[in-house]
Amino acid sequence: MGAMADGAAGGGLIELRDLCKSYGRGEKAVQALDGLSLTVPAGTLYGLLGPNGSGKTTTLRILCTLLAPDAGSVRVAGRDAIADPRAVRRLLGYVAQEVAIDKILTGRELLQLQGDLHHLERSDRNLRIAELVELLGMGEWIDRRCGGYSGGMRRRLDLASALLHRPRVLVLDEPTVGLDIESRAAIWTVLRQLRNGGTTVLLSSHYLEEVDALADRLAIIERGRVIAEGVPAVLKRALGGDRVTLRVREFSDADEAERVQALLKACEGVRQVVVNRSQGYSLNLVVEHDGVVEQLRRQLAAAELPVFALAQSRPSLDDVYLQATGRTLMDAELAVAGLRDPKAERKQSMR
Amino acid sequence: MTSATPSLDARPAEPSALAEISQETLALTKRLFVQLQRRPSTLVAGVLQPLIWLVLFGALFAKAPEGLLPEGMSYGRFLGAGVIVFTAFSGALNAGLPVMFDREFGFLNRLLVAPLRSRSSIVLASVLFITVMSLVQSLAIMVTAALLGYGWPGGGGLVLVLVTLLLLVFAVTALSLGLAFALPGHIELIAVIFVANLPLLFASTALAPISFMPTWLGWLAALNPLTFAIEPIRAAYAGHFSLSAVVLEAPYGQLTAASCLGVLAALAVGLFLLIRPLLDRKLT
Repeated sequence: MGAMADGAAGGGLIELRDLCKSYGRGEKAVQALDGLSLTVPAGTLYGLLGPNGSGKTTTLRILCTLLAPDAGSVRVAGRDAIADPRAVRRLLGYVAQEVAIDKILTGRELLQLQGDLHHLERSDRNLRIAELVELLGMGEWIDRRCGGYSGGMRRRLDLASALLHRPRVLVLDEPTVGLDIESRAAIWTVLRQLRNGGTTVLLSSHYLEEVDALADRLAIIERGRVIAEGVPAVLKRALGGDRVTLRVREFSDADEAERVQALLKACEGVRQVVVNRSQGYSLNLVVEHDGVVEQLRRQLAAAELPVFALAQSRPSLDDVYLQATGRTLMDAELAVAGLRDPKAERKQSMR
Repeated sequence: MTSATPSLDARPAEPSALAEISQETLALTKRLFVQLQRRPSTLVAGVLQPLIWLVLFGALFAKAPEGLLPEGMSYGRFLGAGVIVFTAFSGALNAGLPVMFDREFGFLNRLLVAPLRSRSSIVLASVLFITVMSLVQSLAIMVTAALLGYGWPGGGGLVLVLVTLLLLVFAVTALSLGLAFALPGHIELIAVIFVANLPLLFASTALAPISFMPTWLGWLAALNPLTFAIEPIRAAYAGHFSLSAVVLEAPYGQLTAASCLGVLAALAVGLFLLIRPLLDRKLT
């Protein structure tokens, strides 16, 4: 059972191979996935990181059997999602991005319905509902109609309904978008607990800090392909060196910045010295190890330059993203911000 | 579906299909009834509208000239059968609306990621719900009509009335569910329902007999499925509930109650067969 048995079959619990999917036809066709492959090992909390429109939702919808790919294969625990979707549906719990809730039912009624759709026995179903209400802190709300729920409470209900049948894999599409801090923290806690309990969790996000805080492994998705994949700490380490921001004065000028830049460039173990004009001519650089910073301070003192501020940080996931795609995630987000068509997207998800 | 790989999850032999399908169908049907119970306006409106027809239209033609109606029937008694059928018809025509809203709000996707044993359960639940609702509405109208003095079919007649209504409701529900999956949104569905409703009523024998109509309208009425439901019910109210009794003098010949029911049954089966490929496509 579990990781060993599934691993022997060929790697991960979830295996996506060469997925292609396009929407629309002719000139208006949009290639959402372009040969995306992904392996999610059993028992990991796996993050899919990418800007809006990069193909995250399409990937998850294909995995959850809501959408057929144009090409490629989907296997979960060795089951083929295209040939035997029902077997895969039993293994998965899916929390969609758009919260579809019947406003007139109470939370409990919705969970009971969900339990019946998964063919749970009544006593087991009710036990499970009680457990999840406790776990997600929904006691006060569960017998009220969903129409009155806050966004956070709706998402918790969605999470409960995805977990009702004790799925081996929990799939979440942007689980904390637009949520209050408390709900976000509650959901993060539950996701970690689930992973610790052996559930494989696959979540998509365009929040760097979310993936950084949660994920054991991550894949960066861009234009329907995986362009970087691995353990966050390893990816960051691979970038090499810490990021340093140096200000000799609070507000320096171009001449001084250039002088300092020249001096820094001459130092051993310093790379990529950039003058940041928009922040008072501060200098951004990469140092290969901690000793270099001490060296820098000495050299600056020798040149009689003051140090107003010197901040050192480990490479962040944003740096990983930048390295992989050549732009920051925020820039990528801004680039597609105006291009989305909510009406077309709603149509895509409609049956 | 069989698979060469050994079973990886701990499920023993798969439970019976019947048990699973009834569990999911009942749960889905229950949801529709809970919705109805908390938002009863559709049920009430579905009774109120035909009731107003019955009272106002009945009064409007209360002084209809003698000999207009067969066997010297009063207009109220004549109209009763038409209004009963109209009630069931408009109720069933709305069958697609909840399905359409589920499509639009993504609730259907929630159902589709669940391992339903058969996705027909979703359709079956709608059919069950609409059948019960339409029959309850029709019975409410029948009781009201009886209280207004427009008569009540006898025991055998009641069976004939219910069978007729059932067949009509099945056929119209199939049509409406098909539209709910074929049309892009609820605006379009409501528009189709709105446009279909009244003309079908007027071009039937609900409000006037064929003998009263111009030839072209008579032909339309004689081809209208509503007429095939109205005439057996009218005959049942008049006390003829023999299946072989002629219930309609159509321009193309005489129709018995049995042939009317046959047409309705064929229509229901035909429509379900017609929408099946569509449902298969949308639900897989």
